[in-house]
Formats: sequence, structure tokens, C-alpha cells
Amino acid sequence: MTEKIGVYVCHCGTNIGRTVDCKSVAEYARGLPNVVVARDYQYTCSDPGQEMIKNDIRELGLTRVVVASCSPLMHEPTFRRTVASAGLNPFLFQMANIREQCSWITEDRGLGTERAKEIVAGAVTRVNFNEPLEVKKVPVNPDVLIVGGGITGIESALQIADSGKKVWLVEKEPSIGGFMSRFDKTFPTLDCAACILTPKMVSVGQHQNIELLTYSDVIGFEGYVGNFTAKIRRRARYVDEEKCTGCGQCEQKCPLSVPSEFECGLGKRKAIYRPFPQAVPGTPVIDKEHCLYFTKGVCKVCQKFCPRGAIDFEQKEKIMEIPVGTAIIATGFDVFDAERVKEYGYGRLPNVITSLEFERLTHASGPTAGKILLKNGKQPESIAIIHCVGSRDVNYNEYCSRVCCMYSLKTAHLVHEKTEGKVYEFYIDMRAFGKGYEEFYKRLLEEDVTFIRGRVAEVTDVAQNPSEKGKLIVVAEDTLLGIVRRIPVDLVILSVGLQPRKDAVDVAHIFSISRSKDGFFLEKHPKLAPVSTAADGIFIAGSCQGPKDIPDSVAQGGAAAANVLSLIDRKEVELEPTIAIIDENACSGCKICPELCPYHAISFDEGKSIAVLTAALCKGCGVCVAACPSGAIEQQNFTNRQLLAEVEAVSS
Amino acid sequence: MTERFEPRIVGFLCKWCAYTGADLAGTSRMKYPPNINPIRVNCSGRVDPTLVLKAFASGADGVLIAGCHPGDCHYTNGNMKTIKRFKLLQHLLDEFGIEKERVRLEWVSASEGERYASVVRSMTEEIRNLGPLNWKRNMEVIA
Amino acid sequence: MTKPKIAFNWASSCGGCEIAILELGTKLVELKDKIDIVFWPAAMDFKYSDLEAMPDKNIDVTFFNGAIQNSENEHMAQLLRAKSKILVAFGACAYMGGIPALANTKSKQQIFNSSYKETPTTDNPQGIVPQSKFQTPEGELTIPELYNTVKTLGQVVDVDYSVPGCPPVGPQVEKVVGTFLSGELPPKGAVLGASDKSLCHECKLEKTDRKVAKLVRTYETIPDPKKCLLEQGIVCMGPATRGGCGAICMDANNPCKGCYGPLPNVVDQGAKMLSALASILDADDEETIQKLADGVVDPIGTFYRYGLAKSLLRRTKQ
Repeated sequence: MTEKIGVYVCHCGTNIGRTVDCKSVAEYARGLPNVVVARDYQYTCSDPGQEMIKNDIRELGLTRVVVASCSPLMHEPTFRRTVASAGLNPFLFQMANIREQCSWITEDRGLGTERAKEIVAGAVTRVNFNEPLEVKKVPVNPDVLIVGGGITGIESALQIADSGKKVWLVEKEPSIGGFMSRFDKTFPTLDCAACILTPKMVSVGQHQNIELLTYSDVIGFEGYVGNFTAKIRRRARYVDEEKCTGCGQCEQKCPLSVPSEFECGLGKRKAIYRPFPQAVPGTPVIDKEHCLYFTKGVCKVCQKFCPRGAIDFEQKEKIMEIPVGTAIIATGFDVFDAERVKEYGYGRLPNVITSLEFERLTHASGPTAGKILLKNGKQPESIAIIHCVGSRDVNYNEYCSRVCCMYSLKTAHLVHEKTEGKVYEFYIDMRAFGKGYEEFYKRLLEEDVTFIRGRVAEVTDVAQNPSEKGKLIVVAEDTLLGIVRRIPVDLVILSVGLQPRKDAVDVAHIFSISRSKDGFFLEKHPKLAPVSTAADGIFIAGSCQGPKDIPDSVAQGGAAAANVLSLIDRKEVELEPTIAIIDENACSGCKICPELCPYHAISFDEGKSIAVLTAALCKGCGVCVAACPSGAIEQQNFTNRQLLAEVEAVSS
Repeated sequence: MTERFEPRIVGFLCKWCAYTGADLAGTSRMKYPPNINPIRVNCSGRVDPTLVLKAFASGADGVLIAGCHPGDCHYTNGNMKTIKRFKLLQHLLDEFGIEKERVRLEWVSASEGERYASVVRSMTEEIRNLGPLNWKRNMEVIA
Repeated sequence: MTKPKIAFNWASSCGGCEIAILELGTKLVELKDKIDIVFWPAAMDFKYSDLEAMPDKNIDVTFFNGAIQNSENEHMAQLLRAKSKILVAFGACAYMGGIPALANTKSKQQIFNSSYKETPTTDNPQGIVPQSKFQTPEGELTIPELYNTVKTLGQVVDVDYSVPGCPPVGPQVEKVVGTFLSGELPPKGAVLGASDKSLCHECKLEKTDRKVAKLVRTYETIPDPKKCLLEQGIVCMGPATRGGCGAICMDANNPCKGCYGPLPNVVDQGAKMLSALASILDADDEETIQKLADGVVDPIGTFYRYGLAKSLLRRTKQ
């Protein structure tokens, strides 16, 4: 059957009309095969413009429509709706971009018109092969998976749970709380981190709508928006969560102490432990690598003393499969490994510590009960704080970690509070962008901190004169004074930057989300969709998306929650129909395609010896279509026939 | 007087990065030679080498494939397949006698309007210097 | 009842397709009572004048093998098209150009130079090359003109059916003959006697990890005879080639070279194989990918060994 194509060439005022002769393009289109009507019009997307198209469809019995105007990214949905409202399937419509990629990029009207004609010819030829397609609607499971129990995950969880929906909160550590649970005070208000965090942690632990799965990882995530299945591995704590009351006897009685990760190795914990006193859940965990029972078959003191018989050395890890409709990834960050910057001497020189280690020192329940002490137990008399360690550096991470300037100021303040020491801050720029941040900076300026603008070249213990003996000398160019300075101090605090977690690659792979160049998870749009990802139904929030402070993390946690609730309230979502289709009769079973699909949408039926596509998982990239050597896979609305026709038309 | 040769370049642009970047170039009113006919695909990984050969066989003087930077692919790693196919395709086209400059694979992110414009500028000029490919004439029997 | 009139012709061919007819074996003897062979230059003493004298559409089915490489080939193609009700492109050469089509990587000039002047064993000090016309005292002598570009049969005349293979295997020839004798013909344009699925469907080698970590030429390795050759780094055209041949090359530890041509939905066999192979290269960085790609030493010879004339680009740049 020959198609009846209607072509509409838009002037878009002078946007197109100035450098493209729209009348002549319409006339040219009139001469193309199967075109029964070709009009040029000032503003085709306007109401009268759309009416014109609808009338033509009804009166001329058009079977295909081409609009030559702006980018499809702009108005394809608009014209699809127009066409659909006149009774024509919206996929029998094709758009020709003669504005963003034609009229706007040239001043030459002759060339612009020529190119517009070719682009229109391409669309007209292609549209002959467009097939009617239906968008598929799927229901949305109201349960939500949140990965990561730091402040961001906690915020999202509480928002969503408070609205009555069920949340599965998965955290890989024995307790929720994240990095914030390790901080002492937070800028710029100097709130005690634990004081503002722990009530929220308790709410999470007690919330009837939140299933808290700590000491657990997400090991698989399959499905599509509204209909995901999360595979979760619950590692064995060797303590029964139901029976344990959190009395702490086991911890007290355990004979073995090992370095505590929570304390950055500066303090100790037992082999059976809770990472910190306010841990939620309060159930301890047995560290299999060190526990005397697991390593040597002896002890079991904890079991002996547990009043509730909650210790279970036979406990096995469990795998759970949970159906959810949406997921929020709030897995947080890692700190930059300061040992990589050899010239700062971290790991080699005692008393060079990181900012995180400092947080533990200054924390009231830290290894030094809140006292700032050097390795020899004495208080420092002079302290250097070095900004931008690992950040803004082509050798390590090129980006700015956003929070370090502010936390360095906070560090300086805390040092002042707790010691009589003299503080030197070595900075490159001072970034105090947030609410109350500039004011905080001003406060520190008045607190007699010496700010030296210069990148520290080296921290050394090699004295060049008697006053430097026994000290750590910070060598930096003071760019405002224009000289190189050597400042001897007792303690050097490295303001390490934030970077993506080591396992970010694996998490990205499990959830099929992309990462930006710097390794953080990639948002759909940096301005307009900062918590969405390209994968519908999967959201990111907090510092896993990029370095950020607590206010922004909480904001993003809330934003992600809002996105999720909006999806759930819609009850149904539409799936893009540009998916692949495998022709069973043409598939030769060469098994080349299953491996290629990033969404594992293709499986292999050994019995029939053919590849099988799960349409719901397909996102329509077309990689399998291009690879299939039998030509057995087609992509709806981007079929080989459509593309070959378009290519031929624009090439000749 | 002979008209200046205007190369005809077919562009396969991925919807998420390159096509959006190309749109941005236009929105920002950047100017570049209008010698490229853009064809939108969901992913550069959809570009079957057959389409590239079809373009040349139908009269194109050059083909540009543009996708997301490695690591940024909207579909995780479609662009990696594109690189692999492109390298082998280049090797093949070389044996066919089609100059390397006529087929290009470039990474253009959604915010790289200027980069797109500069790629098209340089490719147009390179191919203008090479002259028309005129493959249809090449295929005719010359006894 | 009159027996159907059958003709065979060979153009630019090696003779293998004629021998393929002999694969029918004793069935050929049975056939002689069922069909009337009216033209078969390879086996019987018919003259061109016999053919020219026939009325149009006199022949029921002509099996035409060989590519169109010179003016005689084309003349015979036109002639047999006129004289036949059904014209079948028989074998890879007629269907897709076959091995002769590899001449499309050279120009006529280059071919003459190497054949008549440059090869070490040629003794031609005056550099004489064939002329298509030569004036003698007795008159003008002509020989067919060699074409610069080899074509498939379908590119010079309208072809009704194609039978792929280099040559088509015995069982396939039987099937094809049977189809014509039955009178139940498939729609015009069909490819006969071959599967609509690729070789992978009938290949018995074990497919495991669909990744190619290295590319080697057949002489560089001794493959494991039970495992997929492609996975072992040997370029096998199997995934992009029609099956139906019984995967006999694999039984001899050899990779498929593509002689049965592309699958029904495929426009260019070589391009599809290239795409499939590239997609499964086991490499993540540009350097390794480049090295692997360079490992295909002769892309045209590998991907278009039999199908160059039928491909999208058809020949190299002249």
C-alpha cells in the first residue's frame, strides 16, 4: 500500500525562515514519492499549526506525517500527541531537525536550504517504513529499596516511610549512620553530629515501615521501573538480632582487642563489637577474621555470658530476593588516601594525620576522649591544616571536593577550642559558598588563624635550623607575600578530598547506571534532574553523586524521596517502545547477543537454540541489533529498513 | 566557473550525548559548515557498519559517528562496541581505498556544542581537500 | 508429456559447480529420463548457434554458474535470460561474485600487468597483453573483453532463484532438483536449498564464552576440534553465513569462509560479520582493540571472500 505523507515545513518565525527558504523546501517535498501535501507554516507547534495537521490527516487520509522544524528533543512529544489526537498512531510521525542542526548553524541561505531539503528527504523516505507502535504501561510496586544508611539514605527512608510506603534500607556496615556518625562537630553551626544524627537513626530503627538490613549488600538488581527484584546478601553477624537486647556484656567480656575501623585504627574494638555506642541496630557483630573461636576454636566467652543466648556461631549468611518498584542509591563516598601524596609524609611521618583521624581525636568518645594529642601523648603547640589534599590536582582527582575548605575552618576552630596551639591554614582558594559559610569564615579570620595562600610542596622532618628540630616543617609558597615559607609545626592535618567509593564501579554495574568522568554516579541532568539517573526508577542522592555537605545531602535525600513518591503515586509508568525484537525464525542461535546486552535482557533458550528477549528489560540501545549477524534482531522505530532508507536518501 | 565542492557528510549521532551536544551548538548559534546530515540513533552502538557502507555506496563523501565519552554511555557501554566496530571498519575501508579522513568516530557529550562544531568544521575541510568520493561512479563497469 | 528442458552454463567459474551436478551420482542417471538437457557446454557438444536458434522462453530452467567478468559472460547471461522461463544463479559466483569477484580489488590494468608481465615465470619481454580486437589479413579477430569490475548474474539480468555455495553441496543440489521437478516453486527471488539460519545453528562445535581475545590465521594455530573456532581466535564466517551445507568445513577443522552468502535479512554479509566479530572482541582499551583489529590481515579477503560483487561497495577504489 502506498503511503500518503503530509510534510510541514516550519518557519519558526525567522529562526528557520531566515537562513532556510521554507517555501522552496515545501515545494521540493511536494515532489518526493508518496507526498500528497506539503505546506510551509510560520509556527507549526502553535494551536492553529497543529489544527492544520489534524485537518489534513482527517480530510486527506494521511497515513504518515513529517514535520520539518526544531529538534525532536524539543517538540517530538508535542507533534506525536497532535497526530494521535487525529487518530493516527503517534509513531507514524517523523521529525526533521532543520533548526538546531541546520538553520541556526549557518548564515548561507543557499547551503542551508539545500541541507534542509536533504534532511526532509531523509525523514520522508524513512517515514514510509515507520510502523505503528504502542507504549506499554506497567504498574509500580510501592515498596522502595534504599542502598546506604548514611544521613542521605536515612533522610530518604524517613520521608518515604512517613508517607506510609514500605522501605528496605540496606547498609553494608553493622550500623547505619555513615560518615556523619564519625564526625564531632559540623560546620557552620558547630552542631554536634551525633546529637542531630542519632535521633534520626533511632527513628529509622523503630519505624514500622522501614525494614533495616544492616551488615548486608545488594548483590543483584534486575527488572525495570516499577518492577525490580533486589537480591540482598545478609552477612552472618553470628548474633541473633531478635534475641539480642544490646546490653553489651559480650563486648565487655571479649578478651580480644583489635584496631577499630570506626576509629581509623587509632583506637580499638573487640572481636565482638558494635562500631560505636549509639549504633542502630544495637546488635553487635562478630568479626570472623579475628575472633578466637573462628580462628583457633577456643574462647566462646561471649556466648557464655550472654543472658539471652543470642550468640549463634552457626549462623549462616542469607540471600533474600525482594520485589521493589524503585531504588535510591545513597552509598556515600570514600576519603582520598593521603598516603598517595608522598611528599606530605602521611604513613611515614608520625603526627601527620588526616582530617577524618582528627575527627576521631576530637570526638568525646574517640580514642583520646576528645583530647588533641600527638603520638607521644603531648598536646601540639602548633598545627598546620593543609587544604586540597588529593583534590584539584591533575595527579589525583581534578575536581574540587567542595566541603574541605569548610571543614578545615571547623578543624581550626576545634583545635583552638581544645588546645592553646597556633593554627596555620594552607589554602589555595577559600570556598565558603553555603548559607552561613562566609560568616563562619569571617569568624575564623577573627580567631587568629594564620591563613597562608599557597599549595604545600612538602611536609618534612629534616630540620634546616635548630628551631625546626623535632618538628614537622611545612614548606609552601606564600603567594600573597611572594616568598617560600617553612613553617615548623607539631601536628599536620591533611584535609583529604572526597572520592567515589572503591566499589562504586560494582554498584554502578549492579544497577546499570553510569558514572561521570570523575567516577561518581551520573545524574540524568546536572541542573534539572540531579537525583535521577538514566535508568528509570533508580535514583541517586548524596555524596555518591558528587562531593557535598550535609545540608545538600539531606536535600538530595528528600528530592530522591519526592521523585520516588511521585512515581509510586502515578501507579503506572509508560515504557519507551524503541525496544528490540528478536525474530524467532531468523535467529540462528549463534549466542553472540546475550553477552552484549548491558541490561541482561537477552537470555538463551537451549531447547529451541534461540536468543530470547525480555522486552521489559530492554532499554532500546540497539547494540544487539547492530551486532546480530543473522539480522534477526530489529529495533522498533529504528529498524534497519528505516535507517537504510534514511541513509540512502541523505547520501544521494 | 566550477562550483566549490561541498562535501556531503552523514552523521550518526546518539540521542543522549552527541545529538544533544549538536543541538546545543545550534542553540548557542555557533556557526559551522552545514555539510552534515544528522541521523539520530539511541546509541552509537546501534550504528551497524552496514549503514556506514550504505552511506558511501549511496553517494556520501564522509561519515561521522558521534557518541558519549567512554564511561558516560547512557546504556553503560554501547560506545565500547562502537569503538571496536569502528577500528575494524576503518581497517576494512582502508583496503577498499576509502581514505581514513572520510570516516570518523568522535565523542561529544551533551554539553560539548563547541566541540561538535569544531569536529564538523575540520572534517568538512579535510574532505573538501580530498575531493568527492563519488562511489557510484566507481562501481560502474569500465571495460 | 514433454520433459522439462534444462540448460547449464558456465561463465567466470572454476568448473566446480558442474562437478556439483555430478554429486547427484546415480540419481543423474535416473534424471535422464525425466529431463531433456538442451545446453551444457561443460559436458555436451552444443553450440552457441543452437542456443541462438531456439525460440524465447524455450528452456524451462537454466542453471547459470560463474560470475560475469567479461563480455562473453554477459552476452550469454542476456541470451539465456531471453531463452529461459526460469533463470537460476547457481553457485556462489553467479549469486554473489564468488572468488572471481576478488578481481574487484584490482583494476583491469593491474590484472593484465601481473598476469602477463610481472609474475616471475612469465616470459613476455615485449609486454604484450591481450587485445579484444585484432586485425589479420583474413579479417578481424575478436575475443571477449575483460571487464574492470566483476558482477553477479543478478546485476546484469533478472534472476528468478539463487542456489548458494561454492559449490552447492550434493544434498542441496538434490533438494533443488527435486523442487523444480515437483513444480511447486517458491516465490520468485528465493534462495534455494540453503537454510534460513546461519551455520551456527547446525555447527556441532561447542560454544562457550562468546569472547574473542586474539585473532590468528589458520596456519598459526592448531585448534581444539571440539570448540568453536571463532572463540579460539580463528575468524569463522559461520555466524553471518547461511547454513544448509552441513557444516562440513568444521569437520575438517576449518572455519567457514562464507560461501553460502548472507542471511535473508542481511544486506551486506561482510559488514554484518565485521560488526558481530568486533562486538565480541575481548578488549577494553583502544590500543588492544587496535591491535586486535589489525590482526585481521586482509579484511576484504576475510569478510568478502565470496561476496564482494554483491556487497554494498562492490569493489575497491579505482
